[in-house]
Amino acid sequence: MSEIEKKQDLSAVEYTDISIGNENAKPFLTQLKGFWVTFAMMFRKVNTVQYPEVKEPTAARFHGRHQLNRHPDGLEKCIGCELCAWACPADAILVEGGHNTDELRYSPGERFGAVYQINYLRCIFCGLCIEACPTRALTMTNEYELADNDRAKLIFEKSDLMAPLQPGMIEAPHPYYPGTDDQDYYHGKVKSSHPSQQNNGQVK
Amino acid sequence: MREIILDDPLSIVILKAVIIFVICLVSTILAVWGERRLVARMQMRLGPNRVGKFGVLQGLADGVKLALKEDLIPAAADKIVFIIAPIISATTCFMAFAVIPMTGEITLFGEKTSLQLTDISVGVLYILSIASIGVYGIVLAGWSSGSTYPLLGGLRSSAQVISYEIAMGLSLVAVFLYAGSMSTIDIVNSQSSWWFAVTLFPSFAIYTISMVGETNRAPFDLAEAEGELVGGFHTEYSSLKFALFFLAEYVNIIGVSALATTLFLGGYHALPGLGFTESWLGGWFTFFWFFAKVLFFFFIFVWLRGTLPRLRYDQFMKFGWKVLIPANVIWIMVVAVLRYFSNQGTPRSVIIAFAGGVILIYLFASMIWERAAKNRAETVSSRPVPAAPSFPIPKLPMDISTISVPKAGQERVIHE
Repeated sequence: MSEIEKKQDLSAVEYTDISIGNENAKPFLTQLKGFWVTFAMMFRKVNTVQYPEVKEPTAARFHGRHQLNRHPDGLEKCIGCELCAWACPADAILVEGGHNTDELRYSPGERFGAVYQINYLRCIFCGLCIEACPTRALTMTNEYELADNDRAKLIFEKSDLMAPLQPGMIEAPHPYYPGTDDQDYYHGKVKSSHPSQQNNGQVK
Repeated sequence: MREIILDDPLSIVILKAVIIFVICLVSTILAVWGERRLVARMQMRLGPNRVGKFGVLQGLADGVKLALKEDLIPAAADKIVFIIAPIISATTCFMAFAVIPMTGEITLFGEKTSLQLTDISVGVLYILSIASIGVYGIVLAGWSSGSTYPLLGGLRSSAQVISYEIAMGLSLVAVFLYAGSMSTIDIVNSQSSWWFAVTLFPSFAIYTISMVGETNRAPFDLAEAEGELVGGFHTEYSSLKFALFFLAEYVNIIGVSALATTLFLGGYHALPGLGFTESWLGGWFTFFWFFAKVLFFFFIFVWLRGTLPRLRYDQFMKFGWKVLIPANVIWIMVVAVLRYFSNQGTPRSVIIAFAGGVILIYLFASMIWERAAKNRAETVSSRPVPAAPSFPIPKLPMDISTISVPKAGQERVIHE
């Protein structure tokens, strides 16, 4: 007997039989209960939502499309610090900061986000950018319809992400509220815009 | 009844053939949609509801989609057989309808007739033989694909259909005995007082089970088992060839349902007590009753699919050969004896005594069986559980209810 034959000859092993049948099976009529389950289910309310026609509201804190927020007078909250871009695990955010001057002021303080792009082909909606943002400029909306037929369209620019102007807000750039500085903005002391801020502070 | 079918002029025969063909096609389209809607409701979904009103045209849309797809033939396939197989499936499934009586006496363009293409004295045997030719479609499709999964599916299917055809054929024997004929019309007419579903209930139950096995439907859909065999015999099929298999499956379902209606539920006759409706619309209303009964069976098919998981292959075979067929044979013997008694004009008391004796024997046998099962369960539970071996080595499964593992502590490599 060669070595290989010896290994293949299993007849010398003693075997014991283990049952694989189910000894504790329920009686036949009990098993038929399953038919009632499916039958009764036909008359229950269905879970399906007729999506394009009917849109159920999302959970309150659903992670949807991003939004760049504004101070109550309309100045942008984003200071172009790039912390969101650094926090992003998918490398979906591109920020280029710009310098604020007294003539062209977009946000309180020294810097503002001159270029702000989020690539929704990359974004995984984890929300780490929102946690990283020091000024609460970046938050997420509940908007989830982000499909498109073109890759370029899914890179959202700053203009796509800026929050809409609320009543009392004036589109940046414009000067500080009279008699305030950046600290007053951060501490929430500016509640609304002032007529002198219109047209970037230029009197027509 | 037979005479008014057989004296039809050729034009009426062709017209009826077209009508039956259209009925099959339309009911397939509706069946695809209806099944998906029903299963969806059983799973708390809505199902297809976009194409047409309530989505009724879903089946049609699927057909158009399939027709427009690319028709692939694998390089390893046996081309001729590969093309013939779906044609066999799709043609044979229609042929069974030729002898199904769908209505009572009606008038078609001034000709007294009935919606049944022809009548053969061995009508039901004809249906059975056509059904078994239909299996060739599946087997050949699996074999000619030149691929592993289709081959497995085809083999399973042939074994399955052969096994369940025996049970199916045997369940019809009792019907033949009581109707005294194999002609579908005679069988329908002999159910005028009592449906065979009531008087021959065991046959009815066995037929209903085996017709599910016969049509490869859940829970007996081992031939296409998408979880393990991808799609089974039709894995390599695409486009119109796949559509033909799809069509054949649904026409077959309607076919066996129609046969069940004819043999066990009184065919086109109205429900008991509603016999006056049969003359409505000049006799055409009987088609409604026929169709309603077919729909009842179709619902059973869908209900089974929505409820039961697929059987394991050995369980399935065991059920067919060790339960359905023996039970059927015993039942046929009982029916034959009762039939003999009634033909001989034996007094009622003898018949009752015989029936009572059969019931007593059945009770006694089932009692012994249960006691044996209990004893077996006790010996199994009292058996010491062996320690887990390092390598379980399977033996050839002589007894399928057990698997064999080496005894505790034994090595896998054999000693000198």
